Amino acid sequence: MSPQPLDTLKGFGVTFRQIFQKPITQQYPEYKRPLYPRFRGRHRLWRHENGLEKCVGCSLCAAACPADCIRVVPAENTPDNRVSAGERYARIYEINLSRCIFCGYCELACPFDAITLEQEFEISEYSRDDLIYTKDMLLAEPIKRVPVADKELYDTPEPYWKEHS
Amino acid sequence: MIEPWWISVIKAILIVNLVMVAFAFMTWVERKLIGRMQRRYGPNRAGPFGLLQPIADLVKLIRKEAFAPASAIDVLYILSPALAAFTAIAAFAVIPWGPGWDVGGYRVDGWILNVPISLILLFAIGSLGIYGFIVGGWASESKFPLLGAMRTCAQMVSYEVALALSVLGVVIMGRSLSLVDIVERQQDTLWFVIPQFIGFLAFFIAGIAETNRAPFDLPEAESELVAGYHTEYSGMRYGLYANAEYINMITLSGLAVTLFLGGWSGPFLPGPIWFLIKLAVFLVVFIWLRATLPRLRYDQLMTFGWKVLLPVTTANAVVTAALVVAI
Repeated sequence: MSPQPLDTLKGFGVTFRQIFQKPITQQYPEYKRPLYPRFRGRHRLWRHENGLEKCVGCSLCAAACPADCIRVVPAENTPDNRVSAGERYARIYEINLSRCIFCGYCELACPFDAITLEQEFEISEYSRDDLIYTKDMLLAEPIKRVPVADKELYDTPEPYWKEHS
Repeated sequence: MIEPWWISVIKAILIVNLVMVAFAFMTWVERKLIGRMQRRYGPNRAGPFGLLQPIADLVKLIRKEAFAPASAIDVLYILSPALAAFTAIAAFAVIPWGPGWDVGGYRVDGWILNVPISLILLFAIGSLGIYGFIVGGWASESKFPLLGAMRTCAQMVSYEVALALSVLGVVIMGRSLSLVDIVERQQDTLWFVIPQFIGFLAFFIAGIAETNRAPFDLPEAESELVAGYHTEYSGMRYGLYANAEYINMITLSGLAVTLFLGGWSGPFLPGPIWFLIKLAVFLVVFIWLRATLPRLRYDQLMTFGWKVLLPVTTANAVVTAALVVAI
């Protein structure tokens, strides 16, 4: 007797057995997979301890961006309006998140550690215009909705400036 | 006692609605069961356990834009899904699901229609349903639907022959073409699945090919033919084709239960409950086959239908006839 009909029947047994095994699907909003510490999510602009912004509007990030999605318009820091810790500040700082490829080059290019990529990735919007993040939105604290993975599990250390800024 | 006409009308309305509800429930069962067989959950967001998913699908289909290709032949294009769905539901009318009761002085039959040639009527209506698929594909005036329709036509016609022949053994043993008589005869003697086991297998395989279900679903395979005969259909027109396919499946399972598994007979529970249980077993086997087997290539399909099923069913009919005459 040829092996074929018996093999087909064994196949039926396989699919039948799978019904009683636990599915391997992870149900997303109830269970969120923890992210690795250097996960590249939404951007964030940082401030110093005394409240001055770190970003001086040098637009090295805009120059480094492969997708050309950062727009920086600098302005002079005047004595009565001192925004950043240098001679100039970024008057307009916008990132078009629909163009951004989340590569992290802006984070690497910034000499002042002013911009980093944090761990927020749930940034969907209903219209494309809402995806252009302005400076206030980027300065704001990202909402911590996603668990961060245990640092003990990852043997690659964090960059120096991430822990010391 | 004859059943009054108004009871027939009420029963017909009730059964049509129940069959449509069964179709909706069937889509849910299929998605959940295939999901579980593939180690994933089926839909579980729309309502508890995804039970409102068919309603979500219904609303989606109704709200979709009903486009038509500019060169489609309007009358045929619109009528063919309706024809397919109509014949699928109409074929369910002759299937007996209960013994018949006397309620308040009136007789209520356990079937909507019983004529001496019910089986031939069912096959005739089923063959009309094939027109719905072929004409729909052809009237779309587009290459992929045309090819899908031609393949569907060839497949369904070839397996229709094997289907009718496989039933011949049951007809000879049951001494009648009426489904009610066949069920009653199975109550007196054996369930026909035991003497007619080969006929049962042939009927089931031919039935899977008739309803375009896996593994015989080449006409609607996405990777081969975009979507076959229902490529150019959207919204509720496509919904009617899906309706026709699932209700063909339900009707065929009902026929298999009636012809081979003793219809509504069973020890303790009332007739319709046994009918539903046996029907459910067949529908689960349909889904199980879809989850397990890969698709048959078109030439393999046609070879199997003509060179394997047809001789087997013919031999089955001849041997059955000889034995019935001898005994």
